[in-house]
Amino acid sequence: MKTRFTTDTKLESEIAYFENINLKIESGDIIDSFKLAFKTYGKLNADKTNAILVCHALTGDQYVAGNNPITGREGWWSRMVGPNKPIDTNKFFVICSNVLGGCAGSTGPKELQNGSDVAYGGNFPSVTIKDMVKAQSLLIESLNIEKLFSVIGGSMGAMQALQWAIDFPDKILNIIHIAGALKHSAQNIAFHEVGRQAIMSDPIWKNGKYFENNEVPERGLSVARMIAHITYLSENAMHRKFGRKLQSRDIISFGFDADFQVESYLRYQGKSFVERFDANSYLYLTRAMDYFDHDETFRKNIEFSHNPNNHLKYLIVSFTSDWLFPTIESKMIVNQLNSLSREVSFLEIDTDKGHDSFLLEEPQLDDVIKGFLTNNFAKIDE
Amino acid sequence: MNKINSIRKDWSLIETLIAEDRKILDIGCGDGGLMEQLENNRNAITHGIELNRDLAANAIARGFNVVHGNAELDLSQYSNNSFDYVILSQTLQAMMKPKDILYELLRIGSKAIVSFPNFGHWKIRLQLLISGKMPVTESLPYTWYDTPNIHFFTIKDFLNLCNEMNIMIEKSIGLTSKGKQFDISESVTGVNFFTHEAIFLLSYKNYEPIKIKSSKKVFAKNSVIAN
Repeated sequence: MKTRFTTDTKLESEIAYFENINLKIESGDIIDSFKLAFKTYGKLNADKTNAILVCHALTGDQYVAGNNPITGREGWWSRMVGPNKPIDTNKFFVICSNVLGGCAGSTGPKELQNGSDVAYGGNFPSVTIKDMVKAQSLLIESLNIEKLFSVIGGSMGAMQALQWAIDFPDKILNIIHIAGALKHSAQNIAFHEVGRQAIMSDPIWKNGKYFENNEVPERGLSVARMIAHITYLSENAMHRKFGRKLQSRDIISFGFDADFQVESYLRYQGKSFVERFDANSYLYLTRAMDYFDHDETFRKNIEFSHNPNNHLKYLIVSFTSDWLFPTIESKMIVNQLNSLSREVSFLEIDTDKGHDSFLLEEPQLDDVIKGFLTNNFAKIDE
Repeated sequence: MNKINSIRKDWSLIETLIAEDRKILDIGCGDGGLMEQLENNRNAITHGIELNRDLAANAIARGFNVVHGNAELDLSQYSNNSFDYVILSQTLQAMMKPKDILYELLRIGSKAIVSFPNFGHWKIRLQLLISGKMPVTESLPYTWYDTPNIHFFTIKDFLNLCNEMNIMIEKSIGLTSKGKQFDISESVTGVNFFTHEAIFLLSYKNYEPIKIKSSKKVFAKNSVIAN
């Protein structure tokens, strides 16, 4: 395999091109060539034992830390990743790539089809979490890293971490799986479906061909984001943050303006989202999450894998107020690993911040991630 | 301070009951102190369960395999005979169903180590006899209405239960309130009177695990108890 690397100065990202690789994806389709946009932080040590792959969630990107040139804001996990942060880049070499199907520089519906000047749009094949991980594994291979010390992710990132444990256990030592599950639940699929319907019923969407007129289905995409954003919070967190407080007014308007702060907040979330995310990408990535299901197969895959996986260490973390990926889902993974006598640690963190807790200030999350990485790294370093 | 001393003493005695290079499950492992001791001194592979969130988080941050959970609900997830030893230190008296827990310990582990404060100790008997109130002592320092210790039992009670459950006592260590150590099985009279804390190494009678070894995996199954 020959991989070409370039640096995209506008995206401030490295780009890895996998040309004529004929990647066979789960749907049966073949992607002949693709590219992944990625960022690295810290330095790879001489023995190449300190590499960590961070997997981003649904609307994340490769900009874990530092500046994100697309939003002009700090990276999505800059409170977790960096020098002297819990995932310490003085010690570890951190890699994060935009997933296959994403919209921050990797091959996805918004990118041009191979050998043409038209974007994929709705012609992009349906990719799965397994396909994203396969693409990541090719990137890791082309960076000449034989073994990752850890794969870390929350939400859709947790799905990828789990998929790594299933598909490439021989290429990793441990995973940190935060706010994830063995499967995407019926309720979660339902919320995603509402979001997709919002996008697809926007007249500007035009079967995914909105880019032909340089338009964006803003209404649909922002409504999708507003719905999703509600599921990332909890009732208590919303109440604490907004209550029934009014926005820039003293009395209710008896109309449909954003009277309440919570409305204004959601509108802002929706509006800022359309500036950075591609509507088609949102359709494809939510679908990939919906298709994720290891409910019946996880145990068998771990127990009878042709790839030895006894050595894997698992850190599973959930949050008390996360109703999108509730603790019970994490405990199912823990149960199955314990029944196979695998080295698993599990913690349910007490917080009212909901599913989004993993992105927010949670000192206990910092402590366990830092400690788990440091102590387990010391063991292999001996 | 007394409590900590007594736990340390407990741990060092537990360590003497454990062979090298074994796989151990510590129920109520706290922040991993005993696990650390057994990893360092016995080269053990350790797993733990801890109910308290902060203690579990500490243990995980210290690099131990610890599951934040409730032993009374979560032990069922472990496979038969998946550990060499299962340790329950100073906790049996706080369990809702101590008998079920004992079953679970010996289902999951080839051997179980159980330690507990003896309610038959003379000081406790005397307190109840004279004052007519529920005893409060160093090892059982709580008043009746806020104690986590909901099942009080004596060494005699424990021995009877083991007998009823076909559990064999391989070793037993008693401690007097002064910290003097003795072998419970060898002292005939007054054991139940003088033992302040007791530590038992348990297994099933004539228990022989059937192990089918293949090159990669070990399949283990509990055999029927003979006798």
